Amino acid sequence: MNRRPFDPRLLRRVPAARRDLAVLAVLGGLTALLVVAQATALATLLATALDGRLHRPALAGFVLAVAARALVSWAQGTVAARAAATVKATLRADLLRAVGRHGPTWVAGQRAGQLATLTGRGLDALDPYFTGYLPQLVLSVTVPLAVLARIVLADWSSALIIALTIPLIPVFGALLGWQAQAATERQWRRLSLLGGHFLDMVAGLPTLRAFGRARAQVDVVRRMADGHRQATMKTLRIAFLSALVLELVATLSVALVAVPVGIRLLSGGITLSTALLVLLLTPEAYLPLRAAGSRFHASMEGLTALDEALTLSATPAAAAPAGTPQPAPDGHGEIRFEGVTVEYERTTALRDVTLTIRPGERVAVIGPSGAGKSTLLNLLLGFVTPTAGRVTVDGVDLAGVDLDAWRRQLAWVPQRAHLFAGSLADNIRLGASDAPDPALARAVRDAALDEVVAALPDGLATVLGERGHGLSSGQRQRVALARAFLRDAPLVLLDEPTARLDTASEAIVLAATRRLVAGRTALLVAHRPALLEDADRILRVEDGRVTELTPAPAGKGS
Amino acid sequence: MSDALDRPDDQDDAVPGRPDQPVRAVPGGVSRDGMTPAGRDPGAPTAAEANPGELLPGGPAPTTAVPDSGAASRVRAERAVLRLARPYLGRLVGAGLLAAATEFAGLALMATATWLLMSAAGRPTLDRLTVAIVAVRALAVSRGGFRYAERLAGHDAVLRMITDVRARVFATLAAGRDGAVQRTGDALSRLVSDVEAVQDLLLRVLVPGAAAALVSLLAVGAAALISPPAAGVLAVGLLMAGVALPALAAVLTRRAADEVAPLRGALAVDAVDLTHGAADLAAFGATGIALAAAEGRAGRLARLERRLAATGFAVDAAGVLVGGLTAAGVVVVALRAGVGGVLVGVLAVGALAAVEIALALVGAARQRAQLRTGLSRVAALLTAAEPAPAGPAGPAAAEPAATVGHDVRFDGVTVRYRAGAAPALDGVDLDLPAGRRVAVVGPSGAGKSTLAAVLTGAVRPDDGRVTLDGTEVAAYRPEELPRVVGGLLAEAYVFHASVRENLLLGRPRAEEAELTSATRAAGLLDWVRAQPEGWETVVGEQGGQLSGGQRQRLALARALLAAPAVLVLDEPTEGLDPAAADAVLASALAATPAGHSVLLISHRLSGLAELDEIVVLDAGRVVQRGRHAELVAQPGWYRDQWLLQEAAERGYLALGPAA
Repeated sequence: MNRRPFDPRLLRRVPAARRDLAVLAVLGGLTALLVVAQATALATLLATALDGRLHRPALAGFVLAVAARALVSWAQGTVAARAAATVKATLRADLLRAVGRHGPTWVAGQRAGQLATLTGRGLDALDPYFTGYLPQLVLSVTVPLAVLARIVLADWSSALIIALTIPLIPVFGALLGWQAQAATERQWRRLSLLGGHFLDMVAGLPTLRAFGRARAQVDVVRRMADGHRQATMKTLRIAFLSALVLELVATLSVALVAVPVGIRLLSGGITLSTALLVLLLTPEAYLPLRAAGSRFHASMEGLTALDEALTLSATPAAAAPAGTPQPAPDGHGEIRFEGVTVEYERTTALRDVTLTIRPGERVAVIGPSGAGKSTLLNLLLGFVTPTAGRVTVDGVDLAGVDLDAWRRQLAWVPQRAHLFAGSLADNIRLGASDAPDPALARAVRDAALDEVVAALPDGLATVLGERGHGLSSGQRQRVALARAFLRDAPLVLLDEPTARLDTASEAIVLAATRRLVAGRTALLVAHRPALLEDADRILRVEDGRVTELTPAPAGKGS
Repeated sequence: MSDALDRPDDQDDAVPGRPDQPVRAVPGGVSRDGMTPAGRDPGAPTAAEANPGELLPGGPAPTTAVPDSGAASRVRAERAVLRLARPYLGRLVGAGLLAAATEFAGLALMATATWLLMSAAGRPTLDRLTVAIVAVRALAVSRGGFRYAERLAGHDAVLRMITDVRARVFATLAAGRDGAVQRTGDALSRLVSDVEAVQDLLLRVLVPGAAAALVSLLAVGAAALISPPAAGVLAVGLLMAGVALPALAAVLTRRAADEVAPLRGALAVDAVDLTHGAADLAAFGATGIALAAAEGRAGRLARLERRLAATGFAVDAAGVLVGGLTAAGVVVVALRAGVGGVLVGVLAVGALAAVEIALALVGAARQRAQLRTGLSRVAALLTAAEPAPAGPAGPAAAEPAATVGHDVRFDGVTVRYRAGAAPALDGVDLDLPAGRRVAVVGPSGAGKSTLAAVLTGAVRPDDGRVTLDGTEVAAYRPEELPRVVGGLLAEAYVFHASVRENLLLGRPRAEEAELTSATRAAGLLDWVRAQPEGWETVVGEQGGQLSGGQRQRLALARALLAAPAVLVLDEPTEGLDPAAADAVLASALAATPAGHSVLLISHRLSGLAELDEIVVLDAGRVVQRGRHAELVAQPGWYRDQWLLQEAAERGYLALGPAA
């Protein structure tokens, strides 16, 4: 894992944050100066107070320094939070744009979840990093330097001791860190096993209940939780011990400075105000280093999220099309697959497929799952590019065309359409955002969605929950069909539109599907005999190879 | 993740071993070793204070568990949680006192050192200073010792209490009294982190808060001995730092969370739409519009966060100001009152340190404001855990007879998950006498799994009844029913434990031979034998180290080992390829003892020829029933599906290859 406290890619990738970070560094320097000023004023104030006098200039200086520090600390927090907000907004936009750039196959599967989490709330872990750790990191450099410089001027021998002992903090910190890490690594397996046990048990409750073991497990949960406590305490004892050692190192260093100062004061070798200044400033030199160290962990999560975000959004797009894209061919043209092979990381989805789809043909595709049926559609959608061979429409190779323009020739009904959090109307208008209301109403009717709309409280204006929550599978599929109707494209691609539907919904969706493919070129992945009846041709895909079947009259058995 | 433990000088008291901990911003982490404010980070009042759990995409939050978030309910939630702290009160009070001692030692150290220096300036004889010198040394060393002891005592007490909380929460969930029917994975991991909110409440809010309050009182008392007017100034400063500012910080934190939460939620939804809906957006050329909307929202969120940070950090700035002004005020007032010069210095330095300690309450208040939702969810579970009758039918609950065979009947069973929605089961009749083997098939969403859930008592019918030997299933005790009815249910869970432990869940006292035969029937024995650790092989979290097929076989073996008289098998061969599925189904059915009945739920139709009856469900109704041979001979869903499946799996179709 990346353990650097600052990721230099940040400056390159989020130039808008550079200025804020520079301001943060300046404010860190300012804080250090004010720490010194405040201590100097206080030392003078108290030294004169010894004689019962109030040193008014020193008092004014002290109050001024404090007020300035309040202001700087406010500015520091605000600027740090501003930098955090800027970085998060930029990275979010970058991540989401990467999705657009790479296309849906890149984002499919696990990566979608990772991206959604990272963009949604993962990046918020950057807040403690920016507002807690980074300013502290700056202070751990500026404050010891300023303190040393001030004490050199006042009393160089004290400064020498501080300069010699300060490095002990990071050195001891690193040594003890290794020690603690070794100790916790010995415990780690046990800790994570015990710590995960509770979640495991809760997640598996239905299964426990099904075997009548739920109550019996309460004791086990208690025992395991207790085991977790003991193992945790073992590691904490070591972690706390190293904190104790660091604290003692700092305290003893302060004592090393303070004792000679006290003795010299007794013999009159140093003035009281200098002695007080040394006493007030010396602890400040050790503090920021330890504080930064202790905040490092809280910001680890943010650093990890940052690393993930920078890496993910920077992934170069696979085979960016060279030069300006060609204009898209007409969707009414002839589609040819010429020796097309598609290889994914581990499997080959299609092997040397050659076929021609003439305009207006309705082609059904059947075959076992995983045989490469969807890849056929994905090629036409431009989600996948052939590893070998080419796909042409009207003689134009799809690999070089402007994909957005080409997709305007397509309507797609996926197996499970994604419904967006928005109104039903917006969901249907996905591919035709400016379609007039009458056209929308027609698409709704054609897709047999009108009865669904009528039953909804706000009709087409009904706002769907996340991922279309609230609609059944059959209803969602009809929304997808309505999208396709409204798109009114010459080429229609359907991917098992009736999978997962009960018989009643299937009949409705089938009827709507027939209306959709009428008069259009259609490629439909079929799972139901009923869909095959209307097909002009049937292709069978198995193990990446495509063979052609001739339709038999419907209703005949084997 | 091992970095989580590499924190030798961690002040933030996070406990290791929380691999599942969600993102939780930690503003105002209580750094308690600062003597003066220079190096102290004031804690970050970031806008990141909405409970992230509320914004998780996927799965509606069980909002019922969160009562209104007013102050009263928050206090109630805290009380409910703290009731569990009673057994450890002694330890907790001890930890609080040690924390106070730590802070006080720090304060006294600075004050004594100042006294020492200022007295030395008067050039007294060394022996007049001896006591103070010894005191400084003792305080310096004891402060570290106190802190070490405090942390150990505090963590020990809190971890003991967490053990109780976990057990109680689990007991509530196990008894099914939590009201929530189903929890998503997100809700589950949130539950785990909610339990940890209890830990934070004690370790980061109550113990340091109480210690800071106690030290403040002591400081004012000590100052009053020297100069009552100066003590008055100090008291005002401490009230500002320890009461007014924390209250303000809490209000701002809550308000910020309320303002940010809706935008964050919307952004999370955008992220889901743009990633999970990427294909739909691209195909319909709508990626650009959606992207612009999401970026606009991210920008608005950033502007809001910046604005909120400006007000939030003003509290910390005010804290710095209060510290300095209190010290200055103390000096002026003490000099006016004619306090001796040395003691003026002691008062001033002591006041600075005391205010600094009190300012820790600002961080504690922020922390507390953040914990409110998590705590009220835990409290809801803890209060639900009050003793309740053992079973729905009380002590008179029926126990299944100890005979071998049991008769099950479904009588007009109707189940509706939501009022107004189409029923999941609609007047289903089914007879499953002892020894009969019935398959339930049908399209997905037809109600097959609901049928199994009704039979095992997980779902109660809204209408009609399911009886076991003439007694309604609901009348059996929850622990008794699984002995007779059970098996492999939908979403069978594989625990992060050894293969043996996972299997023994089915029958805790099973013998080696029984394990072997059940595992063999499920087709997993060869795999188990091939593992270096055999039965003791640990399968990863949620069975992650197993392939989907192996997981399914393990769950099936467990069901076969349990061997209830009425065996329910819900999609036992899911995730297996067709050939393996046929073999496993056949051997599983063969392994079921005669006299035991079987309810097999399947979307695949092969291997059903030997079964006594096949029931076809569609939209919650029985549309066809009969034996395989009969159903294949008559037109309908079963025959269509059978032909298609044969075609897809075996390659011979009514449609021959083209010439």
